[in-house]
Amino acid sequence: MPKVIIALENDISTDDIYPGRFMATVLPTETPQFAFFDRTDFNAALKAKAFPPGSVIVGGENFGCGSSREQACSTLKGYDLAVVARSISRIFLQNSINLGLQVVICPGIEASVGDDLEITADQVLNRSTGKGYDQVKLPAARKGIMDAGGLIAYTRARLMARG
Amino acid sequence: MGMTVVEKILARAAGRPSVTVGDVVEPRVDLAMSHENAALVINQFQEVYQGTGIAPKVWDPSRIAIIFDHRVPAESPKTATNHKKIRGFVAANGITKFHDVRGDVGGICHQILPEYGYVRPGFVVVGTDSHTTSHGALGAFSFGVGATEMASAWALGIAVNIEVPATIKVVVQGTFPPMVGPKDLILHLIGLLTAQGANFKVLEFHGETIRQMSTSGRIAICNMSVEAGATSGIVPGDAETVRYLREEASVTDAINCVTPDADASYVRIVEINVSALVPQIACPHMVDNVKPIDQVLGIPVQQIVIGSCTNGRLDDLADAAAILRGKKVAEGTRMLVFPASSKIFALALDKGYIHDFMRAGAVVMNSGCGPCLGVHEGALGDNEVALSTTNRNFKGRMGNPTGEVYLCSPVVAAASAITGVITDPRKG
Repeated sequence: MPKVIIALENDISTDDIYPGRFMATVLPTETPQFAFFDRTDFNAALKAKAFPPGSVIVGGENFGCGSSREQACSTLKGYDLAVVARSISRIFLQNSINLGLQVVICPGIEASVGDDLEITADQVLNRSTGKGYDQVKLPAARKGIMDAGGLIAYTRARLMARG
Repeated sequence: MGMTVVEKILARAAGRPSVTVGDVVEPRVDLAMSHENAALVINQFQEVYQGTGIAPKVWDPSRIAIIFDHRVPAESPKTATNHKKIRGFVAANGITKFHDVRGDVGGICHQILPEYGYVRPGFVVVGTDSHTTSHGALGAFSFGVGATEMASAWALGIAVNIEVPATIKVVVQGTFPPMVGPKDLILHLIGLLTAQGANFKVLEFHGETIRQMSTSGRIAICNMSVEAGATSGIVPGDAETVRYLREEASVTDAINCVTPDADASYVRIVEINVSALVPQIACPHMVDNVKPIDQVLGIPVQQIVIGSCTNGRLDDLADAAAILRGKKVAEGTRMLVFPASSKIFALALDKGYIHDFMRAGAVVMNSGCGPCLGVHEGALGDNEVALSTTNRNFKGRMGNPTGEVYLCSPVVAAASAITGVITDPRKG
């Protein structure tokens, strides 16, 4: 079962997730090395592949606020992480959906590092505390992009349909 | 039921008689703006076409704008190579609204778009930059997107699956006291709303103060609307919008302003009177950590920054130069000035502002984003403090996670440069 690998405060900015000084790096194969770069220990643990795919970052309110930089999503997607946060900033949420990074809005979430989380269709269950929290469902409009496997595939399908 | 400005714009752009909050629409895009991150957009765009048998082709090269500003001139071989790649794409696709690293037509994207008349009232504008909200100052619905969403727009010419956002009406009345202006208003509003208070919502600005405000001031408030989480800020087009586009952007074709219906529905109404507003400071490390200046007076500052898409326009430079004229930047404090565009730089030269800054000891840099995003020019040393007219103060923003950034208006920055500590310009 996925474990919480870091539990973060409110207003985690894209400068925290992916500092601006690495923005000249754009390839999804290269961005992961800079994830949470200024949180030195966490960055080192990510690079050492200390966490299995599906591991969860828990955030507070307004996760991903700030820049539109897509690197903030590709850097986490590169480790196949998931984000569960009380609320998520609009552009980060949209970029995550577009790139296929798993993001869950869960207003009541309470979880600590090491907790086991089970993400169901409409809830997040903290198996370590025995508590369950409702998700805010993503609008159906966005589900189409997720079902297609991201916005590249979705746009490709739309383009092909135009003929 | 009546419609807000953004509802009207989206209805028109989606070819529908009306829309309401929560509807999913696919508006045609009137302008698609990118900067250096066009390098990533190009990758994503080319990937869209893989395996389709269709040759990659942008939907309308005349509706794409690319402006180099984030790292100009290039700070690294990597950036220079990104610039080179983008130039190749621009040439191959016939993109004309391209602003290279130049001293005549270069500048920050959010200044270039209004300055060259690329944005009109009623437009749908997408930009791969969160401060694309700036262009709401001209009555457009203008919002930030990621690189992949831009690639999709380049291919399809529409913004896919846009939910019609709810709108917060902000009514501003009163007359600004001396040394208080639009930057103080928007910082005050962000403090009031919080950093996520307008997430997924539009801020629509009204009131006598806004009607009297120059387009430059309106750009500053729309620019920073995103710091309250807003999808977009918007000032409904009016006589000032038309004046700006005709006189300052040399626009000659028809301008159609979009105004909200009297019975439009708002999710919230916020009323502000600026007559007693004092200079506002956003304190580290969040833009909504806003305090009146008297609570932070005397904090020593090692770096002053005047410029950026928020406050690098001619009136900003004029206000700062008037305070610095004949004075000196304090020992132990360095001051950096970044005009928002080459055109503004040249005008500031003609008017003598650049001399005022240089004689005071400030370093005047080329137009660009400069140290605002911590990539290029003007990084902070360990534990240093900056006072800046830019728009963000997140931890690490100016390139050093141990640094601290305070945000303020140009007059506060100029007054503080002389003393080396945060200083109230009303008491100079």
